Amino acid sequence: MAAPSGKIPRHDPPRRFPHRHLLAISDLSRSDIEFLLDRAEAFTPLAEQRVKKLDALKGRTLINLFFEPSTRTQSSFELAGKRLGADVVNMSASSSSVTKGETLIDTAATLNAMSPDLLVVRHGSSGAAELLARKVSCSVINAGDGQHEHPTQALLDALTIRREIGRIEGVRIAICGDVMHSRVARSNALLLTMLGAEVRLVGPPTLLPASSARWGASVHHDMKEGLAGADVVMMLRLQRERMQGGFIPSAREFFWFYGLDEEKLRHAKPGAFVMHPGPMNRGVEIDSAIADDARISLIERQVKMGVALRMAVLVALAEHGANESGE
Amino acid sequence: MKPVCITNARIVDPASHTDAPGAILFDETIREVGKLKPPADAEIIDADGKAVLPGLIDMRVGIGEPGAEHRETFKSAGRAALAGGVTTLVMNPNTHPIIDDASLVDFVLRRAPDRSKARIYPMAALTRGLEGQAMTEMGLLKEAGAVMFSNGDRAVVDSRVMRRALAYSTAFDALVAHRPEDPFLAQGGVMNEGELATRLGLPGIPDAAETIMAERDLMLAELTGARLLLDMISSARTLEALRRAKDRGVNAIASVSVHHLALNEFDVESYRTYAKLSPPLRREEDRLALGAAIASGLIDIIVSGHDPRPAEDKRLPFDEAAPGAAALETLLPAALTLHHSGGVRLVDLVRAMTLNPARALGLAQGRLTKGAPADLILVDLDAPYRLDSEKFLSKSKNSPFDGKLLQGRVLRTFVAGEAVYPA
Repeated sequence: MAAPSGKIPRHDPPRRFPHRHLLAISDLSRSDIEFLLDRAEAFTPLAEQRVKKLDALKGRTLINLFFEPSTRTQSSFELAGKRLGADVVNMSASSSSVTKGETLIDTAATLNAMSPDLLVVRHGSSGAAELLARKVSCSVINAGDGQHEHPTQALLDALTIRREIGRIEGVRIAICGDVMHSRVARSNALLLTMLGAEVRLVGPPTLLPASSARWGASVHHDMKEGLAGADVVMMLRLQRERMQGGFIPSAREFFWFYGLDEEKLRHAKPGAFVMHPGPMNRGVEIDSAIADDARISLIERQVKMGVALRMAVLVALAEHGANESGE
Repeated sequence: MKPVCITNARIVDPASHTDAPGAILFDETIREVGKLKPPADAEIIDADGKAVLPGLIDMRVGIGEPGAEHRETFKSAGRAALAGGVTTLVMNPNTHPIIDDASLVDFVLRRAPDRSKARIYPMAALTRGLEGQAMTEMGLLKEAGAVMFSNGDRAVVDSRVMRRALAYSTAFDALVAHRPEDPFLAQGGVMNEGELATRLGLPGIPDAAETIMAERDLMLAELTGARLLLDMISSARTLEALRRAKDRGVNAIASVSVHHLALNEFDVESYRTYAKLSPPLRREEDRLALGAAIASGLIDIIVSGHDPRPAEDKRLPFDEAAPGAAALETLLPAALTLHHSGGVRLVDLVRAMTLNPARALGLAQGRLTKGAPADLILVDLDAPYRLDSEKFLSKSKNSPFDGKLLQGRVLRTFVAGEAVYPA
């Protein structure tokens, strides 16, 4: 494995991130991921400093283009860009011309004409980030596309696990709940298995994709069995439309069989950590007592790691862009 | 409890594939079967060559409690069941209110044992209100004690709802029964579609209404890996679909009502509403194919389809009369017609009413195995009589066998070793 946690990888062999965009974990190799995690590690102390500003992206333009509402991801990218000295523009679907009927490709052409360096996009359709990437000349970062991927969430989750446990290889991680509709689950399962973790997918059969066994993860419909001996329990958000859409009979039954409470958590390894990408449905997928227990819940630390990780991604892609234009 | 020994009996036990002379010793559970010497303290019953069978398990019984107690109660259904040799019955969810909530499962499990010595288990609704729109809380229902799930006589038409319910059921290893009938093809029909229906001037239900839905259900069972029970199939065409599905490893079983093994569409000739059933009685070719499927094991389970109806529901013009037959007390003799005149071996016939239902439901009874609950019946397989349905212990007397000659009578019934019939 690469640099241990805490060490600033300044003396690493000089290498660059080999991709122009960050669209999906499935595009990355193990060394790409470790490169980003090591980079992010170096940015983590910044949050503790009084002055949190660097100038790595000074003069660069970052556009946050969010077609779906988001609080934490959007502000995390905004903060990451600002701390690196970039000029950050936030565009959300409600204020843009998207609501006036402009197509995604028209929007891309318009934005491209403004010559941004980095474009962060969230969209409700799988593949939207990739479509944009083909149409613009800047780097595109996928901040969640439909039910496909959410690569920076998976990277920040990996960073959180690596810092708390010290490694990812061999760590047993149970991803629980609505796996089928979750881009977070998809990206995490791909990333964590690539780094050698033992991934388990736990949920009712109606919320697990039919082909999930092919992700290199084991599949469990019984929460106690799925959690047995787990080092990390990663809960997913159950969206309200799933409850109404006939995937499960009721929120009450879902919580009884698949909601994380103290009794089910007892089946995990003693001292196991709990994660959640947010926002949480308390009393549906997670009991408040667990979500708020700072000894086991990594939920706030995930948010903290999110900023550092996104700084690393922005710098890596900006360097790549600079390199390309210099050639 | 003082042990009981039935000696000089014909022991019929599908679990051990036995049909041989012997004796059986039991208290609450079965202690010994075969050639044995009764212990000195045992009560001896000389069977005089009569047959000892495991108590019958009937997986499809309509009870009117709660909500239609004039048709049948736990008490009356239990009495009729024990007289008919049925020691375990699974009651349909189409009560009022419908059994689609854990509290109703709890009601049945608390109330029934107070009212009857027969073992009465609730079947829960597959969809809320049996409306076919949203699946029930299958996990909570199963934890409460529902032994299987069914949508009663109403098919789940929306294939996506059916797919999700089947997929969801696998998390709890639940058994899902579904009566395949396309309601659009069956709409308005009152008997089997064909030459006889044309002659009688009655609207018919084609067998395709069943086979189309059965094919869908089997494909969805294959897609989801669910445990499916094709409930009360009636036609030879559906058997072909079932055979193909079983051959490719689909986790499906099937049941047939005893009426479809013993009767055919000509039993409704002269507009006999007591033989009006749902699904309708079909052609003689279908009846023969269903009987052969019992012999071969293609059909796993025989049910009574007990559907008690007061006379006022039946004494009506044919198309206005309610379908259904009270059948707990005729399940065994009607099934025995296949043995007496249909060439089906007794042990194969009994298997479909004992061991196979027990396996499908995960029950320990339904077999004459050492250690199993002593639910068993002593039967005179050959006793001939003319059925008088007025003598039924069931509250409702609607039997298509009324006035017909039947063979086979239950002499004694034991549940957990206790003599419960004759009372």
